[in-house]
Amino acid sequence: MPEKFDVIVVGAGPAGTSCAYTCAKNGLNVLLIERGEFPGSKNVMGGILYRKQMEEVIPEFWKEAPLERPVIEQRFWFLDKESMVTTSYKDLEWGKEPCNNFTVLRAKFDKWFASKAVEQGATLINETVVTECIVDEEGKVIGVRTDRPDGDVYADVVVLCDGVNSLLAKKLGFHKEWKPEEVALTVMEVMKLPKKTINERFNVNDDQGVSIEIFGDATQGALGTGFLYTNKDSINIGVGTTLSGMIKKKMRPHHLLEYVKEHPMIQPYIEGAESLEYLAHLIPEGGYKAIPKLVGDGVIVAGDAAQLVNAIHREGSNMAMSSGKMAAETIMKAKELGEYTERVLDSYRTELYDSFIGKDLKKYKDTAHTFEEHPQYFEQYVPLMNRAMNTMFTVDGTAKWDKQKKIMKSFTEKRGKLGVAKDIYRAWRVVK
Amino acid sequence: MNILVCIKQVPDTKIIKVNPKTNTLDRSSAPAILNPYDAHAVEEAVRLKEVHGGKVTVLSMGPPQAKAAIKKCIEIGADEGYLISDRRFAGADTLATSYALFKAIQKMMNEQGVDLVLCGKHAIDGDTGQTGPGIARRMEIPPLTNVIKVEKVDTVANEIVVHRKIENGYERIQSTLPCLLTVEKEINQVAYSPLPNMLRAARYNPIIWTVDDLDEVDIKQLGLKGSPTIVGKMWPPEKSKGAELIEGDVKKQATEIVALVLSKQELFEVKGGE
Repeated sequence: MPEKFDVIVVGAGPAGTSCAYTCAKNGLNVLLIERGEFPGSKNVMGGILYRKQMEEVIPEFWKEAPLERPVIEQRFWFLDKESMVTTSYKDLEWGKEPCNNFTVLRAKFDKWFASKAVEQGATLINETVVTECIVDEEGKVIGVRTDRPDGDVYADVVVLCDGVNSLLAKKLGFHKEWKPEEVALTVMEVMKLPKKTINERFNVNDDQGVSIEIFGDATQGALGTGFLYTNKDSINIGVGTTLSGMIKKKMRPHHLLEYVKEHPMIQPYIEGAESLEYLAHLIPEGGYKAIPKLVGDGVIVAGDAAQLVNAIHREGSNMAMSSGKMAAETIMKAKELGEYTERVLDSYRTELYDSFIGKDLKKYKDTAHTFEEHPQYFEQYVPLMNRAMNTMFTVDGTAKWDKQKKIMKSFTEKRGKLGVAKDIYRAWRVVK
Repeated sequence: MNILVCIKQVPDTKIIKVNPKTNTLDRSSAPAILNPYDAHAVEEAVRLKEVHGGKVTVLSMGPPQAKAAIKKCIEIGADEGYLISDRRFAGADTLATSYALFKAIQKMMNEQGVDLVLCGKHAIDGDTGQTGPGIARRMEIPPLTNVIKVEKVDTVANEIVVHRKIENGYERIQSTLPCLLTVEKEINQVAYSPLPNMLRAARYNPIIWTVDDLDEVDIKQLGLKGSPTIVGKMWPPEKSKGAELIEGDVKKQATEIVALVLSKQELFEVKGGE
C-alpha cells in the first residue's frame, strides 16, 4: 500500500525547501523529492543569496549557513571592446550583520538548507525523478508517480517546485512550452583563486564580497548580462542571454563565456584562476506575462516553475523562497479547513500577486520584451557611452564645448534626434 | 537465513586528488560513498533473502558520517544497520578493523545467529582485501573470496555453492554454512531501489555502538595501537607509456593490429570451465 503524506514537495531548491521547511515546522508530514544526487547538486544561479527572504524562512540563518562573502559593493560595468564605463555602490554597513546579501555556492548552501528541513521533520529522498502527478477522476491531484519501482506516493497536496521547465505543471496543462524569448541561458564557471588574491584584486578583506554586473560587450550586444562574484576562495564568472538573443546572433554559450573570460577588461581579474566547475542552466525570464496557472485542485506551483524571476534586478532565489513559504502557509490554512480545492488554495495566488513578487514583476512586465524588440539599448548605447567618455576625457586640445557637441552628434547620427528622444522615453516607460 | 554484510564508507576514488607532497589521499577532495563492491554484497544479500527468507543486517565501522553509507544499504534493501563508532577505533589497519567488526558480530550473535557473512572484495581506498578474510578467520568460518556467483544455497543441509573468480576463469566451490564471501562486481547489478526502500532509508537511524557497548574487548587490539601495519613509503604508480600509433591505410593498419594482438597471445586466452 503506497504511503500518504500531508504534503509532497517536488524539487529541493530554494522554493521547495522553503515550503518543506515551513510545512514540517508546523507539524505537517512532508515528503521532499529531489532529482539530483543531493539537494544543490543540479541547482544553478549566479550566486547571490538575498538575506531578507531567507531570513523569513530561517531567522538568523547567517550564523550557521555555509555562505561565502557578504556583498558590500555592487559594481556595474558597461563594456565596450577596449573600454568600459563603470559605476558602483559600496556600503560597509552591508558587511555587518545582518548584511544585505551574500555570495553562495549552491551545492553547499542547498544541501545545508534541505538538511534544516529534515531537522524539522521533513522526509527527503534524493536521486528520484517525479514523472507525473497522479490525478483522480475528478481532476484532483492526489499524489505523484516517480521513476522508481513501486514509485507511487500520495498526499493531500502536491507543491511543484521542479524548476524552470516544470514538466509536471506542463503535463497538467498549466503552461505551454516556453518560447525562446521567455528563457535565458546562463553559463558560468566557478574558478579557484586564493583568498588573498581575491582580496587584492577586488579591494576587499576576508569578510567582504563584490558583485559585478556586466553589460554591453559581455554579451556582444545581445540582451543579457555577464557577472563576476567573489566567493571565499573562488569566483563565479558567467554570462547569460535570452535564448532568442543567442539564436538571433548565432552564438554558442560556451564560446560566449570564453569571450568574456578573455575580455581585456575582465581577464586580469581571473588571471591564474583554476576552473573548478562548469555550469549551465535555463532561467525563466518571461516575467509577469509568462506566469502560468499557479494552483489547481490539490496542487500549487512555486519558484522557477512559476517563472518568478525579476531579470532586471537579478532576483529569483528570493522570490522562490517567498513563494515556497506562501505555498506552505496556504496549505496550513487549507489543512484547517480540511479542503485542498483550487478555490481554497487560490489564496496562494492572490497573496503572491499582492506581494513584492507580483508587484515587481508587474512593474517590469514590458522591460525584457521592449529590450528584445529594441536591441539598440545593448547594441548601440553601451558603445556610444564609451565613445562619449573617450571624447570627453581624451585631452587633445579640442574645446570641451565642441566635445559635447560632438558627443551629442554621435548619438543623434546613430539614432536620429527623434530616435534618441523615443529611446529615452521608452526606457523610462518600461522601468518607471 | 540471517545474512550479515560488512560495508565501508570510502572517498570516491574516481575523483579523489592525491596530495603531491605526501602522496596520501586528500579525502576532502572527494565525496564519501558506499564502497561499490559492498553495494554488490548488499544487493546479493537482499536477493538471497528474497529467495530464502530471513534478514539482512549491515555492519560498518567509521565516523558518525558513515551513517550515510548504511542508509544507502537500507535503500538497496537491508533490514537493519549497525555502526560501531568510537575514537578508540580510529587509525585501525585491517587487523584491528577485523577485530573490532568481529567483536560487534559476536555481540549481534548473542541475539541472533549469522548464517552467511558478505563483504565486498576490497575497499576502493585501500585495495587490500584483507578485512573480509580477517573476519572469517576470527569467526572460524571458511572465507570464499572473489565470488562472482552464488549458485546454490541449501539452508537445510547448511551448504552453499559459489563460483570464485580466478585468473583464467572461475572455480566452483562448495562450502558449509556459515561462511564468509567477498564478492566481485560481476556478481550482480545493483537494482534501482524501489520507492518504499527510499522512504524507509530516509527515516532510518542506524544503531550506533561504541567500544563500551561491545563485550570483552581487548583495547590493545583496537585502533592505531592494535595496528602493526607500517607504511614504509608511498609513491604514485608509474604512468603507462603513451599508446602506439599505427599508421597507413585501413588494410595495413588492420594487419598490423592483428599481428600485434596475436604476438601478445591475447586471442589464446583460456576461457573458464568446469
